[in-house]
Amino acid sequence: MTATLTQHAEGVRSPAEIRRSRVLAIVYLVLAVLVLVAFGFGSEGSATFVLSRPGDAIQVGSPTIPGSGLAFVVSAVLAFLGARQWMAGFGSRTNLVLAIGLGLVAFSFLAWAADGASFSLVGLLQEAMKRAVPITFGAVSGLLCERTGIINIGIEGMLLAGAFTGAIVGSTLGAAAGMIGAALVGGLLAVLLAVLTVKYRVDQIIAGVVINIFVLGLTSFYTSQFLVENPALNNAPIMRAFGIPILSDIPLIGPVLFDQNIFVYGMYVLVGVTSFALFRTKWGLRTRAVGEKPRAADTVGIHVFRMKYLNVIMGGLVAGFGGAYFTIGSVGRFDENMTAGRGFIGLAAMIFGRWHPVGAISAALVFGLADSLQVKLGILDTPIPSEFLAMAPYLVTIVVVAGLVGRSRPPSDYTAYVKE
Amino acid sequence: MKLELKGITKRFPGVVANDHVDLEIETGEILCLLGENGAGKSTLMNILYGLYSADEGEILIDGEVQHFAGPGDAIAAGIGMVHQHFMLVPVFTVAENVVLGVEPTTTGGVLDINEAREDVRQISNQYNLAVDPDAVIEDLPVGIQQRVEIIKVLFRDAEILVFDEPTAVLTPQEVDEFFKIIDKLKDDGKGIIFITHKLKEVLEVADRIAVLRRGAVVGSADPATATESGLAEMMVGRPVDLKVDKSEADPKDVVLSVKNLTVTNLFGGTAVDDVSFEVRRNEIVGIAGVQGNGQTELVEALTGLREIAAGTVIIKGEDHTNSTPRQIHDSGVAHVPEDRQRSGLVLGFSLTENFVLDSYYQKPFSDGIKMDWKRSRSEAERLIEEFDVRTPSSEIPASNLSGGNQQKVIVAREFGRQVDLVIASQPTRGIDVGSIEFIHERIIEERDAGAAVLIVSTELDEVMALSDRILVMFDGKVVAETKPSETTNTELGLYMAGAS
Repeated sequence: MTATLTQHAEGVRSPAEIRRSRVLAIVYLVLAVLVLVAFGFGSEGSATFVLSRPGDAIQVGSPTIPGSGLAFVVSAVLAFLGARQWMAGFGSRTNLVLAIGLGLVAFSFLAWAADGASFSLVGLLQEAMKRAVPITFGAVSGLLCERTGIINIGIEGMLLAGAFTGAIVGSTLGAAAGMIGAALVGGLLAVLLAVLTVKYRVDQIIAGVVINIFVLGLTSFYTSQFLVENPALNNAPIMRAFGIPILSDIPLIGPVLFDQNIFVYGMYVLVGVTSFALFRTKWGLRTRAVGEKPRAADTVGIHVFRMKYLNVIMGGLVAGFGGAYFTIGSVGRFDENMTAGRGFIGLAAMIFGRWHPVGAISAALVFGLADSLQVKLGILDTPIPSEFLAMAPYLVTIVVVAGLVGRSRPPSDYTAYVKE
Repeated sequence: MKLELKGITKRFPGVVANDHVDLEIETGEILCLLGENGAGKSTLMNILYGLYSADEGEILIDGEVQHFAGPGDAIAAGIGMVHQHFMLVPVFTVAENVVLGVEPTTTGGVLDINEAREDVRQISNQYNLAVDPDAVIEDLPVGIQQRVEIIKVLFRDAEILVFDEPTAVLTPQEVDEFFKIIDKLKDDGKGIIFITHKLKEVLEVADRIAVLRRGAVVGSADPATATESGLAEMMVGRPVDLKVDKSEADPKDVVLSVKNLTVTNLFGGTAVDDVSFEVRRNEIVGIAGVQGNGQTELVEALTGLREIAAGTVIIKGEDHTNSTPRQIHDSGVAHVPEDRQRSGLVLGFSLTENFVLDSYYQKPFSDGIKMDWKRSRSEAERLIEEFDVRTPSSEIPASNLSGGNQQKVIVAREFGRQVDLVIASQPTRGIDVGSIEFIHERIIEERDAGAAVLIVSTELDEVMALSDRILVMFDGKVVAETKPSETTNTELGLYMAGAS
């Protein structure tokens, strides 16, 4: 296909784009009405947002925002966005605008939920960062595999295995050993995935599902049969938060970004390193070539299979390490199926983030926020049943995957490569 | 540098793809390897390039035996290959594609993309191969992509360059341009192996000609004395009639009428842009054009496989805009799709199953609930006989047949019933000369029996030979309409490249 056909002139929208624009515009308008009716007329007093913690060096004020006033403003903005989306669209910024719009809705919702009370925004965001950790690790694991042409549905299993190993090894040999052990077990599962998909050309989805079921069964069995009777083996040290000097003193940003535990910092490093490596190094160029067009890579002497093995195993190490967050990085003990679908949400974050580490962490933060919201709102006295709040992260996933983000073009040829 | 292939033999299950092939080439000459599709040319070159390993025989460079475990070894030995289907990563830039596998780096494996750009510029200046190192491959026309492939090979310091069917995707003007490039390469002391099945090209550029048939070298020829018909006979193994015999067309009433048709492609761009034309009974209309100019989408829209964004399609006076494929089929339309393996056949199905694929739900093959396999089989045997499909039985899977015979199965299924409109896309792509002759004859028979025929082909010679009227598509539009008697390949080539 020549260029003239795949490209279309700037400013001209294809029917598919227009259709998506219309759907999005309707979503904006529905949200505008919803915000107006539910929050605008549903709020009576004001909500106080707390922006710093009692112990922080620099204290910033806690703004008090009238719920109904905010809702009217947000509703108007949404209505404007909807009209603009219908008529002209936002082009390449569509997803950004959507994120801002949804953020406004969330803000208005918070003001309504915290009506007449005070609510710690800093606590909410801090928790969101933490909850984004396993999702980001899952997403980066997924994109390392997918950039090289392997779909990794087994991330959920790798996270769970990492959590389990982290708990046991952490309890016996200490936290550092627990993290290394978790990564290695994730890597081991990835070897299985790679052998099945690259060597034996098993359907990639099936291979991943096999891993998920295998890990869920195995860890659940050992938990009930073994850990319950030996509680000492399920009592891992928890990585505490530590502040980074100077940076952690910045109001709001400091406590949210720079007063966290090693897993959150690890997430920053992971995203930075993989972004650079994928797009600026020899390894990255080869990885992407193998994913996009394996035969082209093969004909210039790149070892396609070796690259696939390498990347899938790295993906496994990342997912395994991320899994340790659930135990060593959070509660210190392992529970059955404690990942609760975070691996799959990670996959959604990868797609939402368009197979780019920075996109992945941004998407993971959206999910993390939804997750953290349900925890924090449980404390407030809202009329929404807690079961509904618990659905929030999954609901966001469905909305995102169901196409609000538009069609993304995966970076890869996922068919098993057959060397002739 | 002197390259020799000695006694190369390669067997695949059931076939001997290469049978004790001997070839030699030196730098500074152009060797043409001529052979039909399936003669074993590509297999031979893949062995040379380290993609396959030979069962017997050896490769020598300057008298030394080589062992190529993979393309990396062949590249290191000074052999470069431009594949028929370009081996470029579509989303990478020119520079990224050129250096892939031998990337210039600074410390720690960090890509030195400036160095890569500079290398591309230097090679493109040296050999007059103008390309922008920062252009993304998928935005480039095929002719330029081919230059990128050549730069890629030169960047690896190849001494012997292998071109596998390099002209198949080019317009006549691009072909001329390409011949200038390989002449320049020859003058600079490179050796060229040029694989093709096009006789004219061979006579134009070759220093020496080797002809391959059924895996074996059956002869060589000197381009100064060889003739097209002589080469064709050597290639096919019997005298071939290179011309298509047909009488003057006598167009009658309109069968297909397309008005202002607009179709979008997968990515939302406009693939077919406001196209209007008619096809009448007893006439063959040929659509010429370089691949990717909207022909695929046009045919898919006409046969109900792709949504029509605007415009109308009228078949025999009835509006069939966005009708289902079955409605269109039932109105008497035969469709020979562009890709026989992907959309023409179910490869894992038997021939019988493939033959009734379009009519299994009707009497006499089914009573509405269960299939009448006996009836289906007798129909299959009738079609195999009538359309000369070479197969041991009607019950073997379609995947076992050769390309030419697979194509005959499709033609038999589509032409085996009374049709008023034939839409055939690339009807003879990649098949042997015997099957091409046969299919061309059948298409003309359909015309003479009163069908309206629409042919889409990227082979200019085929369009010229078959058509009564020619339309040229470029960038989604019909840019020219003419008749074979009133035009030349050169003129059509200009239209195909967008000149108007």
